[in-house]
Amino acid sequence: MAQRLPSVDVLLVGFGWTGAIMAQELTEAGHDVLALERGSWRDTGTDFAPSFIQDELRYRYHGHLFEQTAQETLTFRNTPDQTALPMRRLGSFLPGTGVGGSILHWNGQAFRFLPYDFEIRRQTAARYGEAMIPADMTLQDWGVTYDELEPHYMRWEELCGIAGQAGNVKGQKLPGGNPFEGQRSKPYPTPPMKQTYGPALFGEAAGSLKLHPFPCPSGNMSQAYTNPLGVSMAPCTYCGFCEKFGCGNYSKASVQTTILPVLMQNKNFTLRTECEVTRINLDASGTHATGVTYVDAHGNEFEQPAELVIVCAYILHNVHLLMTSGIGTKYDPATGQGTLGKNYCYQLTPSVDVFFEDKVLNPFVGAGALGMIVDDWNGDNFDHTGLGFIHGGYIAAYMTTGRPIETELLPEGTPKWGAKWKQAFVKNYLTSMSISLMGAVMPNKVNYLDLDPTYRDVYGRPLMRMTYDFKQNELKLQDFALGKMADIAKAMHPREIKKSPRGPHYDIVPYQSTHNTGGAVMGVSRRESVVNRYLQHWDVSNLFVVGASAFPHNSGYNPTGTVSALALWAAEAIRSQYLKHPGPLVQS
Amino acid sequence: MNRRALLVLIASTTLTGAGMLAFGPLAHGQIGDFAKQERGRQLVAAGDCVACHTAPDGKPFAGNRAIETPFGTIYSANITPDAETGLGAWTEAQFYRAMHEGIASDGRRLYPAFPYPWFTKATREDVDDIRAYLRTLEPVRSVQRANEFPWPLNHRIAMAGWNGLFFTPGEFKPDKNRSTEWNRGAYLVEGLAHCGACHTPKDVFGADKTSQSYQGSEVQNWFAPNLTGDSRTGLGGWSEQDIVSLLKAGHNDRTTVYGPMAEVVKDSTSKMTDADLKAIAVYLKSLPASPADTPAAPAGNVMSAGKNIYLDQCSACHQLGGDGVKNIFPSLKGSAAVQSRLPLSVVRLILNGGHPASGPGSPNALSMPSFGWKLSDNQVAAVATYIRNAWGNTADPVSATDVKDLRQRVEAVNGAY
Repeated sequence: MAQRLPSVDVLLVGFGWTGAIMAQELTEAGHDVLALERGSWRDTGTDFAPSFIQDELRYRYHGHLFEQTAQETLTFRNTPDQTALPMRRLGSFLPGTGVGGSILHWNGQAFRFLPYDFEIRRQTAARYGEAMIPADMTLQDWGVTYDELEPHYMRWEELCGIAGQAGNVKGQKLPGGNPFEGQRSKPYPTPPMKQTYGPALFGEAAGSLKLHPFPCPSGNMSQAYTNPLGVSMAPCTYCGFCEKFGCGNYSKASVQTTILPVLMQNKNFTLRTECEVTRINLDASGTHATGVTYVDAHGNEFEQPAELVIVCAYILHNVHLLMTSGIGTKYDPATGQGTLGKNYCYQLTPSVDVFFEDKVLNPFVGAGALGMIVDDWNGDNFDHTGLGFIHGGYIAAYMTTGRPIETELLPEGTPKWGAKWKQAFVKNYLTSMSISLMGAVMPNKVNYLDLDPTYRDVYGRPLMRMTYDFKQNELKLQDFALGKMADIAKAMHPREIKKSPRGPHYDIVPYQSTHNTGGAVMGVSRRESVVNRYLQHWDVSNLFVVGASAFPHNSGYNPTGTVSALALWAAEAIRSQYLKHPGPLVQS
Repeated sequence: MNRRALLVLIASTTLTGAGMLAFGPLAHGQIGDFAKQERGRQLVAAGDCVACHTAPDGKPFAGNRAIETPFGTIYSANITPDAETGLGAWTEAQFYRAMHEGIASDGRRLYPAFPYPWFTKATREDVDDIRAYLRTLEPVRSVQRANEFPWPLNHRIAMAGWNGLFFTPGEFKPDKNRSTEWNRGAYLVEGLAHCGACHTPKDVFGADKTSQSYQGSEVQNWFAPNLTGDSRTGLGGWSEQDIVSLLKAGHNDRTTVYGPMAEVVKDSTSKMTDADLKAIAVYLKSLPASPADTPAAPAGNVMSAGKNIYLDQCSACHQLGGDGVKNIFPSLKGSAAVQSRLPLSVVRLILNGGHPASGPGSPNALSMPSFGWKLSDNQVAAVATYIRNAWGNTADPVSATDVKDLRQRVEAVNGAY
């Protein structure tokens, strides 16, 4: 029997990046906030100090900061006619756990989406006609526009001290920035990172092809920075232990380095760690959340009542919790009816490896967001007529790391092991790099999330089941992009190049990116979305669902910037509208 | 003051004000009380009473914090207004006698872990204000634990002899040749703020070595730095603003506070007024430099080993040139704390790491990680010797024996890594 606790104003499920944003915004507005986090407390000095964090085996391969599949996992299949099997080891994506969530181990690649993204259906149809959108592509507008989100993107960049070169400030095009970006109200808070040799070569080659290279906007600090909350970050040392690691040098934007020191001093904030929320509770009407049920580290069950519940976990857990709590109508791919679980998307990340004979690139000097980008084939920045796909992706030359186990760029025909492998490794380690695509993925009728009929988690709940594969849009985009990437690679005058496509079927085993999106998507009507434009649940008005689960499709950029802007946008709506007049913020 | 008490006070003050408008002048008792209590609150912050009079996880001011002294463990008193176990039954005169002479309400002599040799400098008015504030606290019932002192120190009469030798009661006497600000600073430093309790070396009786006032001393296996005008190990190179910033925020452009002083910043100096902090800075800057010493030269092989360890382990934050990152990572180059007479704080931070002070307006809490699990005594000694002698720094080398000794002492208190 669950012990019933005193009620709180605002309850956050999960204390990662969006949880921290919500907690800061709502405690600042004077509300009492309780966050329940399933993982443990984490602090830079004790949990990822520079005296031990550079441990590739412990963090990258043993996954010390990641979700443990023995506690929570999912089942997977490519298509509805297959039987899904459980992921017993993390692979393609690496959800985090613990205080700070997944942003703790991000690279720091800090993009905004394009204005096109938020009105993708309307703009695509307007430019190319409805026929451009295939019948099985469940493409929809987001219900919010880039202009509405712009102040929140800006606020996020200022919280995190993002380093970059603006390309479009209030309509004025600036040299060296991304000319295709949506209009910005201000430049980046800090100047871009210093590029190393590899990305510089890419930038020169792209320039020679009349493309528009610009430095990656970076959550790794190019200089010391103090954010509007008064929290300081230190300059990045280019150690190359960003993604899959916590930053020991206070140089990478995260909960710990931007919000947590202030939040922990707020008397109206409470954080309970090692508390897994197992259910959102509804009243008899089914339209009002009464709070949640959670289990602590000792296995004790508690009922925590709350006036307002905000789900801020990783996207898969957001969707899973709604499903296991029986909130909303599950999506049925056969009929297209229902919304919960639909429009699950991922990203497409083929690459072209570039091998030089005599250019020493020193890949061990790296940083998660150190690199040059071209955006010429992203979104609707180019004419898609006759290409057979929509959207695109950015092409990047990153120097994220030269970590010895993970960094293995070898030319075509190199054996997998033995003396020849060793020779090739030594020959190429310092003189090779990779050009990659951050490819958009469009929603498809049969890419979705639901509950597995067979497998259950440690709490006895059915596991989430993921049904996902690359479709024609992705495969055609990949062919197109590989050609463009090879053109740039050749313009760098290498000894040789190697194309590494993904697919044709999505493989969940090799690591690609932790850029899962959708499943509890936002939109203009309850017929096609789970939450409204403020991330408020259509059926349960005192429930908000925050995170990339709200993305109706996945763009050709890293999602963190948009996750953050949406969280800040929702927080403002909660502060300025919902808490003054609780109830639905959008009438349907 | 708890929030409800404050609200009641504000409400009664407001009502009294309204009453004055409506009915003409009234007694000023309540307005006067509030001002008195508010002054008392600031003086209690200056005295950092809460630090010693609050047990870990205990209610504020309810006492029973264990104070380790070289002579044994003392448990602090409950200074909430609880009638039986706190100061509830104490008269104003009794409270003043305790502060001024170190004698409790029942006539027992107090031990100087309660810093009456400093508090005696406080004026009667200030002491009365302190009591007025303490009486606004919520009364907490908490019986003081018995001290753990060996014979003959467990007999409080022993303190009569100690007082006779080392203690002269007497309020602060201003120096007419100095500015008001200097005198205010001296009054605080020599009195309620009792800076010398940690920063002045002690003799075998635990009394101040007055000839070495503020020249730095060992406290709880840390080194409370030299506050005199020495430019290498003291405040000689610091501006008044550097001192104010450090006391206010726990860090400044030069350095960051760790150890027991972090607690002092959190509970005391960060809550003091800017004017009082400035006065303290003015007074400290007037202290004459301690006599110059000539540190022994470090061995070349130790320096080169230390340099390599520094490059591998330390330079990512403290930078190749030891100058750190302003307001984020403390500069080691030119640092008084690094070059201090005894290397306790430096070695201890390398061994155990530490959390700096943080507070409202200064939320940064950039921790120094622990290296004790990773570096041997020899390696710690080498890198400590290196940073004490690189970039123009000079200080005595640190031996592996020093490190081993401190490691054992700290482990005895904190447990192993």
